[in-house]
Amino acid sequence: MSDTPEILPLGPDGVLVRFSTALSEPANRAALAFRAAMEARALAGVVESATSLTSAFFRFSPSDLPRAVLEGTIREELGTRDWHAADLPQGRKLWELPAAFGGAEGPGLAESADLAGVSEARAIEEICSQSLRVLALGFAPGQPYLGFLPEHWNIPRQSDVTPEVPRGAVVVAVRQVIPFANAAPTGWRQVGRTGFRCFDPSLTPEIPLSPGDELCFRPVPAADLARLETAPHGGATWEALE
Amino acid sequence: MSRSLTILRGGPHLSVQDGGRAGGLGIGLSRGGAADRQAYLAGLALLGQGLGMAVIECAGLGARLRFDTPTRFALTGALMRASLDGQPLESQASHLAPAGAVLDIAALTEGVYGYLSVAGGITNDEIYGGRGYHRIGGFGAALEAGEVLPIGPDADLAAPPHRLRLAQVTAPIRVMPGPQTGLFSDEMCNTFASTTFTRSARANRQGVRLDHEGAAFSTGGQLNHVSDFIAEGDIQMTGDGTPYVLLADCQTIGGYPRIGTVLPADLPRIAQAEAGAEIRFRYVSLEEAEAAWQSDAARLGDLKRACTPRLRDPREMTDLLSYELIDRPPQDVVG
Repeated sequence: MSDTPEILPLGPDGVLVRFSTALSEPANRAALAFRAAMEARALAGVVESATSLTSAFFRFSPSDLPRAVLEGTIREELGTRDWHAADLPQGRKLWELPAAFGGAEGPGLAESADLAGVSEARAIEEICSQSLRVLALGFAPGQPYLGFLPEHWNIPRQSDVTPEVPRGAVVVAVRQVIPFANAAPTGWRQVGRTGFRCFDPSLTPEIPLSPGDELCFRPVPAADLARLETAPHGGATWEALE
Repeated sequence: MSRSLTILRGGPHLSVQDGGRAGGLGIGLSRGGAADRQAYLAGLALLGQGLGMAVIECAGLGARLRFDTPTRFALTGALMRASLDGQPLESQASHLAPAGAVLDIAALTEGVYGYLSVAGGITNDEIYGGRGYHRIGGFGAALEAGEVLPIGPDADLAAPPHRLRLAQVTAPIRVMPGPQTGLFSDEMCNTFASTTFTRSARANRQGVRLDHEGAAFSTGGQLNHVSDFIAEGDIQMTGDGTPYVLLADCQTIGGYPRIGTVLPADLPRIAQAEAGAEIRFRYVSLEEAEAAWQSDAARLGDLKRACTPRLRDPREMTDLLSYELIDRPPQDVVG
C-alpha cells in the first residue's frame, strides 16, 4: 500500500499514474485533478487520457512523443502540489436512482448480505441510505463505479464469473456499487436492477454521469421497473450540488 | 449508382468492424474494432485503401453474401474455403466480383477471424465515431440475412488483383510487464513464462481463455484488488487463477490482476489461435516492447509494400463482359 504516486508503463503506448493501490477517496480526487491539469497542458503526442478509481492514464503516440519525455512532464506536474488535497471537479450533480432489490432482480442479494454480515433488508437499507460518489466511468460506456459503502461491505468478487447480468443490473463488491451499462459478464454479485441507462443516445448528454457526481439509490417495487424503464433516465432525477 | 452488398447468410459471428473507436477510455469504451488488426490492415493494403475503412469480420461459421454492384474485395485473416459464383477463391488476396456475384465462405479452415474487405469500405452509419459492432459498448449489432450494406466509391475498379504472403511466426508470444505484474511472485511469473497453455473453447471478441495444467496463478488478494485500467492484450487472472487474454472488445477497467500485456504486434496470433492450440509466452523488456510498436499507418505502409500482383486467371472469370473492365469507367466512379 503506497500513497506516493507511481509512474508505470501500461502497454507500449500507455503511462499509468497510480496515486494509491488501496481504495481511497483522496487518491480518487488526486487522479481527477491530475488528469485535468495534464489535459490543460495539451502536450503534443498524448492521444487520450482518463481516470480510474485511483489512477490517471495517458495514451501517447510513441512515434511522436518518447515515453521519457511524457514521464518527465508527468513528474514535473506531480511536483507542483499535493494532489491528494485537490478539490473535486466543478458542476457536480446529486442523482436519485430508483432500483428494485432482491428476488429475481437481485439474485445475489442474499449472498452479498451474508458476506457483509447483515440481513437482506438491512443490506438494501445500507445501499440506499447514503449518497455514493461516482469514482470513475469504466468497463462499458458511461458506467459508474460508485463508492464507498461502509467497511463491512468490503466483500470479495466471486471466484467464478457470472456469464451475463442484464443491462441495468445493480452489482456490488469491494465497497462499491455499479449499475451495468449493458448486458455483460461480471464477477460482482447482482443485488438489484434499475431502468437507468448509463449511455443513452436519445439524450443530451448521452452520458448522464460524470466522475465526482453523487448518487443515491431509492428502493422501488420490482413491478415499477417496467414503467420506469420507459421514463427518461429510467426515472432518475438530479439536482446541482454546491 | 449506389453500391452495396446483401447479406444472404449471417449470424452472431458476422459483424462490421473497422479500426475501432479511439479516445473512449474516459467514458468507459475500449477501442474495439477488428479482432485481428493485422489481418484488417492487410485487407486495406491489398485493395490500396487508407486507414479507417470498415470491413466485414467473420468468425467460425462462414457467411454468404451478394455483391449488388461490381466490387473489388479481399479475403484476409483466417484461411477460408470461399468461392465466388462457385469458383474457388484464394485467401490473403484481392479479387473482383461482377454485379450480382455471390460470395460463399463455407468455412474458416485455419484461424478464427476472417475478413472480407471491399474497396470503398462498408459505409453503414457511424455510431460514436465508428462503424463496428461493439457488444460490451452496446454499439451496433451482428449481421443478419437480408441486410443491405452500402459500399463507398471505388476510384480504381480496374486495379489489378494482389496477394500478400506473410511469414508465419511461431516464436513465443511476447508479453511486457504491467502495473500489476509485481503483485505476482517472481516464481509465479517464471512459471507463467515456462507453461504451455491451451487455447480454450471459451473465447470471443472480449477475451480468450487459456487452460493449463498445474497450479492457479494467484496474487493472494485476487478478489480484492482496486479496479484499474486495462490495456488491450492484458492477461487477466480471474478469481480461480485462470488466464484470459483480453482482446479488442475488452472492458476498460477491471479488478482481476493482470500478469502482463501481450504486445500489439503479437495479439493477432492470440485472436487467431484455434481451440486446442498451444500458446507459450515470453517476457520482454519495456525497450523491446517499444521497439516492436508500430503505428497503424506504418503497419499499413509495410503491408502495402509486401503486396505482389496476382495474375488474374481467365478461368476465374466466367463472363468477361460482365466485368466492364475496358473502355467504360463504371458509373459510380464518375458520380
